[in-house]
Amino acid sequence: MTWGRQAAEPFGTEELARIRADFPLLARTVREDRPLVYLDSGATSQKPRVVLDAEREFYERHNAAVHRGAHQLAEEATEAFEGARETVARFLGADAGQVVFTKNGTEGLNLLAYAFSNAAAPGALDGVDEEWADRLRLGPGDEVVVTEMEHHANLVPWQELCRRTGATLRWVGVTDDGYLQDPSAVVGERTKVVAVTHVSNVLGTHVDLAPVVAAARAVGALVFVDACQSAPHLDITGLTTPESGVDALVFTGHKTLGPSGVGVLWARRRLLEAMPPFLTGGSMIEVVRMEGSTWAPPPQKFEAGVPMAAQAVGLAAALDYLTALGMDRVEAHDQSLVRHALAVLAERPWVRVLGPTDPADRVGAVSFVVDGIHPHDVGQVLDDAGVAVRTGHHCAWPLHRRLRVPASTRASFSVYTTPEEIDAFAAALDRAPQIFGVAG
Amino acid sequence: MDLYGELILDHARRPQHAGLREPYDVEVNHVNPTCGDEISLRVHLVEGPDGAGPVLQDVSYDALGCSISVASASVLAEECLGRPLADTLTTYRHLHAMLTSKGTDPGDPEQVGDGVAFAGVARYPARVKCALLPWSAYLDALARAGADISSASTSTPSAPTMEER
Repeated sequence: MTWGRQAAEPFGTEELARIRADFPLLARTVREDRPLVYLDSGATSQKPRVVLDAEREFYERHNAAVHRGAHQLAEEATEAFEGARETVARFLGADAGQVVFTKNGTEGLNLLAYAFSNAAAPGALDGVDEEWADRLRLGPGDEVVVTEMEHHANLVPWQELCRRTGATLRWVGVTDDGYLQDPSAVVGERTKVVAVTHVSNVLGTHVDLAPVVAAARAVGALVFVDACQSAPHLDITGLTTPESGVDALVFTGHKTLGPSGVGVLWARRRLLEAMPPFLTGGSMIEVVRMEGSTWAPPPQKFEAGVPMAAQAVGLAAALDYLTALGMDRVEAHDQSLVRHALAVLAERPWVRVLGPTDPADRVGAVSFVVDGIHPHDVGQVLDDAGVAVRTGHHCAWPLHRRLRVPASTRASFSVYTTPEEIDAFAAALDRAPQIFGVAG
Repeated sequence: MDLYGELILDHARRPQHAGLREPYDVEVNHVNPTCGDEISLRVHLVEGPDGAGPVLQDVSYDALGCSISVASASVLAEECLGRPLADTLTTYRHLHAMLTSKGTDPGDPEQVGDGVAFAGVARYPARVKCALLPWSAYLDALARAGADISSASTSTPSAPTMEER
């Protein structure tokens, strides 16, 4: 969604100070009393006090096992958990019945991938109409399409699905400057699934989903979107509209100002109804006999066991916090940070930025390499100055291979990141060429 | 900062005995999956005089990674090349103890030679694995070559990794 970009303003200095005061951890120091400069929000974001309070309040006042128990606390806990589902649904512009709580984004993607191999079991698609049953049948000759810029979480589950079913994995390539190549060159008559990231966790590339959806629709393939890196920064309600062409998406709580241990899968109702369950056990059943069982309707069908109620409540508080800031302003703030980061790095010719050079095509992160200095060493020099970044391949090894770098250093942002922090990062970065004796 | 002493930077800039050489008994390839550091390492053992046990005739390597892992490979080669296998395992034990001491063991230059330069690494848990990568490859190569490496066993658990989603 880009319509908010022109209208909304980034957060001003005073607003940012107020936002930062909501995040207790940001006040601490690291490495011998240096102020913390946290530029690793793409790995996990920090949490505002309202999230911590919501979890604490749940445990101190309402804790009980959700969907069980004949007592008042069980009612309150269930109400809190289902209320969280409604908050997530509002954040997504969707219905609560389409929202499944998972433990993280990775689990959501595995839930989708396993639906296809589980569908091959005898009777797994009983009662599913033929059109949808056919969409879930995967075997030799069928193809699953991913992209070369996927996080391992949206790659390995599909590799494994293809291994289990005999289907073929294909992928859309990435250009030298970090854009997706033409998906219609890869998506074809045999394609049954297209799984694509909304925003690259390494390059920050804001993937244009329109050609992906168009190519998939032309052949009747399902479209799954990894929204882990977009949900924290963008209004993603456009992905769940009837006309979006997206069949399912996942995002994770801990990158979206929420707790760890909770993620979200949203999917079209008919897909949720057709997919066999992933994990089985308590909570997700309708009738259980020794000989076999039937399943509860979605979303319960996909929520086996006592769920992560406190974390769901914490996530709801996080999404309310983002909504109160205004997702259009959150996006505008991220844009201004990306622009600033690209500008300060451009002043340093010894830094090679990976991915799109046009900030308008980027969200949340800037990754780079310094020729002659390994990213681990770059990260160490930054850490010594109190600047926290990610180094390595960021769970996107094939993308690094494609860009012909063994690893990279990534600075990533959130609502509490300030332009001054990016300046501090750049100043700390200047020490690296001095220490390692390369031209800087 | 105390991590990058001149000794480490020197070894990282000019790795000693680098490059893969012939002859060799075994070649291994090890990676650190969290960051992509890679090392290929070869060992060549010969029988020592009078049943004194094998001698490391050659250890050669090709290391791609951060300064800590490359320097560690260089120090390994410098300290171990041409020495009785048993002595190199003693060096490993002392170095491993120092690296996993969280900074309490400054290292004994008599035992680990230039390895003392890595004492500062012990205070950065995420980097201990970088320093140990060449040594893990070395022990693996020895084991595959049929050598007895039981004297290298350490009681300390391996270093934590820096992986996350």
